[in-house]
Amino acid sequence: MARVVVDVMLKPEILDPQGQAVQRALPRLGFEGISDVRQGKRFELEVDGPVDDTALARIHELAESFLANTVIEDFTVKVEEVAEAGK
Amino acid sequence: MTARIGVVTFPGSLDDRDSRRAIRLAGAEPVALWHKDKDLKQVDAVVLPGGFSYGDYLRAGAISRFSPVMGTVIEQAKSGMPVLGICNGFQILTEAHLLPGGMLGNDHLHFICRDQKLKVENAETAWTADYESGQEIHIPLKNMDGRYVADERTLDMLEAEGRVVFRYVVGGDTSHGHGHVNPDGYGNPNGSLRDIAGITNEAGNVVGLMPHPEHAVEPLVGSGRTDGLPFFTSILKKLVNA
Amino acid sequence: MSRTPLDTVEHAAGTPDVELPWAELGLKKDEYERVVEILGRRPTGAELAMYSVMWSEHCSYKSSKVHLRQFGEKAPQSDALLVGIGENAGVVDVGQGYAVTFKVESHNHPSYVEPYQGAATGVGGIVRDIIAMGARPVAVVDPLRFGAADHPDTKRVLPGVVAGIGGYGNCLGLPNIGGEVVFDACYQGNPLVNAGAIGVMRHEDIHLAKASGPGNKVILYGARTGGDGIGGASILASETFDDAKPSKRPAVQVGDPFQEKLLIECTLEAFAEKLVVGIQDLGAAGLSCATSELASNGSGGMRVTLDDVPLRDSTLSPEEILMSESQERMCAVVEPSKVDRFLEICDKWDVIATVIGEVTDGDRLEIFWHGGKIVDVDPRTVAHDGPVYERPYARPHWQDALQADDANKLPRPTTPEELKSQVLRLVSSPNQASKSWITSQYDHFVQGNTVLAQPEDSGMIRIDEESGLGVAIATDGNGRYTKLDPYHGAQLALAEAYRNVATTGAKPLAVSDCLNFGSPEDPAVMWQFAEAIRGLADGCLQLGTPVTGGNVSLYNQTGEAAIHPTPVVAVLGVIDDVARRTPVAYREEGQLLYLLGDTREEFGGSAWSQVVHDHLGGLPPQVDLERERLLGEILISASRDGMIDSAHDLSDGGLIQAVVESALLGDKGARLVVPDELDAFTFLFSESAGRAVVAIPRSEELRFNDMCGARGLPATRIGVVDGSASDAVVEVQGEFTLTLSELRTAHEDTIPALLA
Repeated sequence: MARVVVDVMLKPEILDPQGQAVQRALPRLGFEGISDVRQGKRFELEVDGPVDDTALARIHELAESFLANTVIEDFTVKVEEVAEAGK
Repeated sequence: MTARIGVVTFPGSLDDRDSRRAIRLAGAEPVALWHKDKDLKQVDAVVLPGGFSYGDYLRAGAISRFSPVMGTVIEQAKSGMPVLGICNGFQILTEAHLLPGGMLGNDHLHFICRDQKLKVENAETAWTADYESGQEIHIPLKNMDGRYVADERTLDMLEAEGRVVFRYVVGGDTSHGHGHVNPDGYGNPNGSLRDIAGITNEAGNVVGLMPHPEHAVEPLVGSGRTDGLPFFTSILKKLVNA
Repeated sequence: MSRTPLDTVEHAAGTPDVELPWAELGLKKDEYERVVEILGRRPTGAELAMYSVMWSEHCSYKSSKVHLRQFGEKAPQSDALLVGIGENAGVVDVGQGYAVTFKVESHNHPSYVEPYQGAATGVGGIVRDIIAMGARPVAVVDPLRFGAADHPDTKRVLPGVVAGIGGYGNCLGLPNIGGEVVFDACYQGNPLVNAGAIGVMRHEDIHLAKASGPGNKVILYGARTGGDGIGGASILASETFDDAKPSKRPAVQVGDPFQEKLLIECTLEAFAEKLVVGIQDLGAAGLSCATSELASNGSGGMRVTLDDVPLRDSTLSPEEILMSESQERMCAVVEPSKVDRFLEICDKWDVIATVIGEVTDGDRLEIFWHGGKIVDVDPRTVAHDGPVYERPYARPHWQDALQADDANKLPRPTTPEELKSQVLRLVSSPNQASKSWITSQYDHFVQGNTVLAQPEDSGMIRIDEESGLGVAIATDGNGRYTKLDPYHGAQLALAEAYRNVATTGAKPLAVSDCLNFGSPEDPAVMWQFAEAIRGLADGCLQLGTPVTGGNVSLYNQTGEAAIHPTPVVAVLGVIDDVARRTPVAYREEGQLLYLLGDTREEFGGSAWSQVVHDHLGGLPPQVDLERERLLGEILISASRDGMIDSAHDLSDGGLIQAVVESALLGDKGARLVVPDELDAFTFLFSESAGRAVVAIPRSEELRFNDMCGARGLPATRIGVVDGSASDAVVEVQGEFTLTLSELRTAHEDTIPALLA
């Protein structure tokens, strides 16, 4: 079994008030030197079977049509190795 | 004869009954539609009501947009059937790409509920013919994800083609910010670009807006005004005279 | 690793010497011994889990029961009461075949730990109580109390609580029409998050929590069961039975309002088709509570197979499943022939539903797991026969000194300038300031039947579109008054809520309460509790408004410091035609302002004494419930006959607070004249009870005066509505003038400045 991660972020030009709220809180918490924060979404898809090009293409399509709204959001797809459960 | 206007109930729709009531008060026949049915029961027009369909999980409107009923609504809207999307319905219409742009969380990060002042920019659409262009009205607004965004080119196109239907009226005394009793309902309540509250498609049959006209149809309840009724009388006249 | 053998009833009988962690689960030694005595053997782990949660203070009311009995014993004769104390919520007849159910509950501690989820699940819980009676929920209200407004932790707790209430209630499509927000340092560390809900049904739709009819199926539906809120049970599971488990489950429950919305619609559809024999929501104590209450209220027993409960977390032990407080779940009892249809409706709404057991003709509640019987109890011993404590109580030694510290002796303003500046300080103080930054985060339009919502004196909902029949609800409570005198403080809360309902034109019918106090193990707190209950029960008897149900929240204290005793009282009223309702806002210039009732020098516990002198002492205002009833009758008659256009009750902050609110809401000014028999300070700031200010069209003045004269209610002309919009002022003749704009800034900027 493999895991595919889809990260969805607001397009750079779109205002992200949640990210800004986080950033404004940072100095208060003693974290200096962070000039910008943007908040996104992470989807972890557990895929049955091999993650080959066909599977990735399908996931790409899923991300483009459903997980992200490409009018306002960008996304990336990456495969993540899952450590075997050691039981 | 009267017109049959469908109101879709999605899981999590909240203002479906209110929309049916508004349609009835305007003199048309409301028809309840169910998200799992492709069949639109021969209605002449469709309202996508407000609410939190699917809990607004993923993105507001993102899951509903793929429901069976929306397949038919999208198809028929493209061939001219009037469709009105209110709040969550507006969000569904942008997710379905029947209207351009998208909806994001309010810039102040809070839910906001108030009687909002709007300017009618386009009184030519199927849903706004009973208003006059330039008219100022009050329509209740209540949302978490009401910030309309689109790229500059799209915004310019909407302006150039007269497709901005409603704008939040900015001006008056807004110094108290969003959380104040603001008897006049002035101000952009959510950070929508160019103060856009509602837009239409090229053909003028599909209209989406964040404020809730169905909550302003009776003098006794809701906002106590009836500024929202012309939405429903506009469409009735259009359908009956068609 | 190996698992210890399943702790079945048989295993328990054969291993009497196994030590169970009863103390960790919160049972006292004698309570545990009582369980052993009831069962005639040691309990199984699962039985211990059930007894420990059901016999907790929260579920059993063991400290408060002996006092709460007065609500039944002193209940006034009332034809309106259809279902009284003891069910999920009380039900009141409001006429035209309609019945209304309403209740207020607390979710105090969870909201301090995790403000958003604590408050959200508080709303979820009270709404499920309403559905469980057979009603469609139509509105919510939220009485809230926080620590000092400028304390840093208030900035953590309040926005989270407000967002949680909004996030959940808005998503359910329930208008939020009322409540309160109060700040006081005594609630630091113990905020009070009370949530109320109202539901409407036809008389024949009333449902009860009982499992009757052997062979009927028990269906669990809604969310899957996870490890929410079972801190206690995990001790049982991890330390005694299976060491490999995570040692602590999260104590915070997470709400899913979308799931609850589906639950509402699917339950109402099942009710409409008459598919449900009995129903119970799953709240505190989860399945332990639902199964034992359904079984003990019905005619037979019940058999449940826990393996059939749909789980979110497959590692849960049976004890944890029984104790889980996962939200958005309900349990229905359905005749076998109707099960298929019930499941079909659940499927339509994408709600998971599973038959987990059936009603038996015995009298035992039996629960099975992996084929073994792990619970075999008389359900009444779990649900109803919990311990009852006569906790010692005693008037605190400091009470006399507190009452002797007379607020009437505090320095008063001596010049018009001082008077004016104190008025501004009052209306801008956090407790008296506009709360619209908070209430604008709640939807009050949804469902299209909201006639009045906050900041009106009561929230009002139309329940019949044809006739205009409506209901009103107000919640009030004043911890400062109650601290000074618990008996009269509780009556003042009742009187204020009653008055608020009448002010809007509705006839008060019934009461629900949420009793928030410190630790019952402190005799001083217990005295406050006993006195408050006695006051409330006596008051309800006198006003003819029965208590239909409510909730007790104890242990609201940090160390030795208890909160002010805070009984929050909700009064429900009915109005024949909502077109006759009376709002707070001034409507027309030229209308005459009348003060109804008697004004005395009463400043003990007042907002003025708090804002200007940071003082709490003396006695609260006098209580005269006959006067309250008369005032109510006059306000209702005047509204019905169209004699008044605006009315506002006088309470904390006194007359000037009320006039400023009416003026700002209507965007109209007011010119006031101090009556001859009063000084300006007393006129403006006194908090004498049993009073209201009304605005009367000049054409109605004679008729209104005649009515008050004939009925013996003092009515004093104190001024006129005058001036509109930007040039309007509130003027007290010979004293001072404040522009509406100054007042608006003072009244409306405070809360956003503190919290936004």
